[in-house]
Amino acid sequence: MKRHIAYTFGGIAMGLLGLMSSAAAETLTIATVNNPDMLQMQKLSPQFTKETGIKLNFVVLPENTLRQRVTTDIATNSGNFDIVTVGSYEVPIWGKSGWLTPIKGLPASYDVADIFPSVRKGLSYQGSLYALPFYAESSVTYYRKDLFKAAGITMPAHPTYKEIEQYAAKVNDPAKGIYGMCLRGLPGWGENMAYFDTLVNTFGGRWFNMKWQPRLDSAAWKKAADYYVNIEKKYGPPNVTSNGFTENLALFSQGKCGMWIDSTVAAGSLWDPKTSKVAADVGMVDAPVAVTPKGAHWLWAWSLAIPKTTRHKADAMKFLEWATSKSYIALAGKTFGWVQTPPGTRISTYANPNYIKAAPFAAMVKKAILSADPTDPTLKKVPYTGVQFVAIPQFEGIGTEVGQQIAAALSGQKTVDAALSQAQAATSRTMKEAGYK
Amino acid sequence: MKPTASSQIVFGVLAWIAALVMFFPILWMIVTAFKTEGQAIAIPPLILFAPTIRSFVDATANAGYLLFAMNSVIVSVGSTVLAIAIAFPAAYALAFFPTKRTEFTLMWMLSTKMLPAVGVLMPIYLGMKAIGLQDTRIGLVGLDTLMNLPIVVWMLYSFFKEIPGEILEAARVDGIGPRQQMWHLLLPLSGPGIASTALLSVILSWNEAFWSINVTASHAGTLAAYIARFSAPEGLFWAKLSAASVLAVAPILVFGSLTQRRLVRGLTFGAVK
Repeated sequence: MKRHIAYTFGGIAMGLLGLMSSAAAETLTIATVNNPDMLQMQKLSPQFTKETGIKLNFVVLPENTLRQRVTTDIATNSGNFDIVTVGSYEVPIWGKSGWLTPIKGLPASYDVADIFPSVRKGLSYQGSLYALPFYAESSVTYYRKDLFKAAGITMPAHPTYKEIEQYAAKVNDPAKGIYGMCLRGLPGWGENMAYFDTLVNTFGGRWFNMKWQPRLDSAAWKKAADYYVNIEKKYGPPNVTSNGFTENLALFSQGKCGMWIDSTVAAGSLWDPKTSKVAADVGMVDAPVAVTPKGAHWLWAWSLAIPKTTRHKADAMKFLEWATSKSYIALAGKTFGWVQTPPGTRISTYANPNYIKAAPFAAMVKKAILSADPTDPTLKKVPYTGVQFVAIPQFEGIGTEVGQQIAAALSGQKTVDAALSQAQAATSRTMKEAGYK
Repeated sequence: MKPTASSQIVFGVLAWIAALVMFFPILWMIVTAFKTEGQAIAIPPLILFAPTIRSFVDATANAGYLLFAMNSVIVSVGSTVLAIAIAFPAAYALAFFPTKRTEFTLMWMLSTKMLPAVGVLMPIYLGMKAIGLQDTRIGLVGLDTLMNLPIVVWMLYSFFKEIPGEILEAARVDGIGPRQQMWHLLLPLSGPGIASTALLSVILSWNEAFWSINVTASHAGTLAAYIARFSAPEGLFWAKLSAASVLAVAPILVFGSLTQRRLVRGLTFGAVK
């Protein structure tokens, strides 16, 4: 009986506390994308509300819509969003233009030094951090162990593009619906160009020289484009120009690809027997190298940042710390299984035996992320940061336009030479209009 | 000319083929909604499979479907009522008291529909911010009203043109003012026309995506914004996206089929005599 009374009083007290906290509660609006890791964040967010009393509203949009929506909002000083999901591309640009609140005064318990240095560098402008990484990705080569074995070849740990072409020829078997090499062909700066930029980098090319002059007419771009068009024409799936990340993920999981060079985030689905027919046969090695290992694989961090227009800076900061902390990673691991925990951000994740056991690809991802340097992405020096992008506002337009030219070359509408010279002309024009000489 | 039996069959078959081709994407969306993410990406596509409602559960779990659905109802009905209230007297004046400029006015109204919406995004965004209507249902009702107003005026105008002006003239002779003419004569006479105009306006407003994504955040988004949540740059989402789309279009599809007879009659009213 006494216990009942105690429970009742306890319940009332808790209820009152709840009422008080909800009366004082702030509501934060978070703009985000619907990537699997971000979905987990939405599912776990009630835990944050429980701990802090701060309520959360999520506005979820497709990536390009989100970028445009958030840009409009910040540029017009509207303040609809307290936290925004941003990628490595926007952070230095928006940091420079003063759109984001610099991240300062993180508590010692947050252990900012635990975040991979390459990821931190990518989210900084002139030494200050403008976003905290939620998860990060690089690119690698996926291949089918069973097909390689049947063809009598062994995939080396560090393949070259020359070897890759030979392997593609050997495993290619269109009669059985297996294509030697699946690559992104869908035009867009974040689609085909993300991959193609790494190809240009490793062939020794660059977007701009130190005077910001476009170098798309250089021999390295030509070699990269020839290689790309050739390998996809010979060993690629049909209609390759309509394949982006998602389409290739579907193709590879359905056993249609011998190899696929793409983001490390695909690993989680490819190794999962529920979504992948080839879960038992997936292999993963470094992204291939041609002339230089510099910039041969990309680095991208989906991150959380606070626009300067928010009216809830302190509370927003609390959420950033919570969602990117070690304890969040542990919570996600416990709730969804360790293989599903947000990868690529913290050194400690890769020292965690639970994670290493659950994710056979962990060591590879770590190495890829650590060795991708967005501040030194190319063989010859460049004035920009970014491996698979150029962190200037004009790049969204340029990248997409050049992506269309590359896709036109891939589909055979244009020759590689014509596509590259038009890409060079378009880039020069845009840069001139933007005030670069 | 009377159609022969064989030509009727040919046209019947052609009509069915055209209808099936047009309906196929919707059918495929509905089928995909009942698959798992793994089944949704299967190559070749699965025709026979064990249906699951998992994607529907996922699509409604965190996403606040009811809020979006309620917003859609409020915005589409609200904007339709408002648009008709404004367009009714306008069409009355244009139809029964034509001047030299009537035709120009009608064309000018329609020409506002020819500008792509994104062209006025910035001014409207800033304007809505200035009057505090961003991310509010009232703001969206206003925008959708403006968006549909030209079409509503045009439709009502063409229905009113069908009504013999003499009826209103007789009323005027008896000393009945414009307000009474509209209320007691025009409204009952053009009932079916107003109904089909309203139906079309509701459907257009329900399906409007650009503004409902661009001027809302977490409060006033309609089902168009709800669908947009399910497209992602990474990961598999086809089944969930299909389930969300089914949930978003189902109410308007049901509404459309219930009112189909009236809608078709209204749309062809005056066109065929």
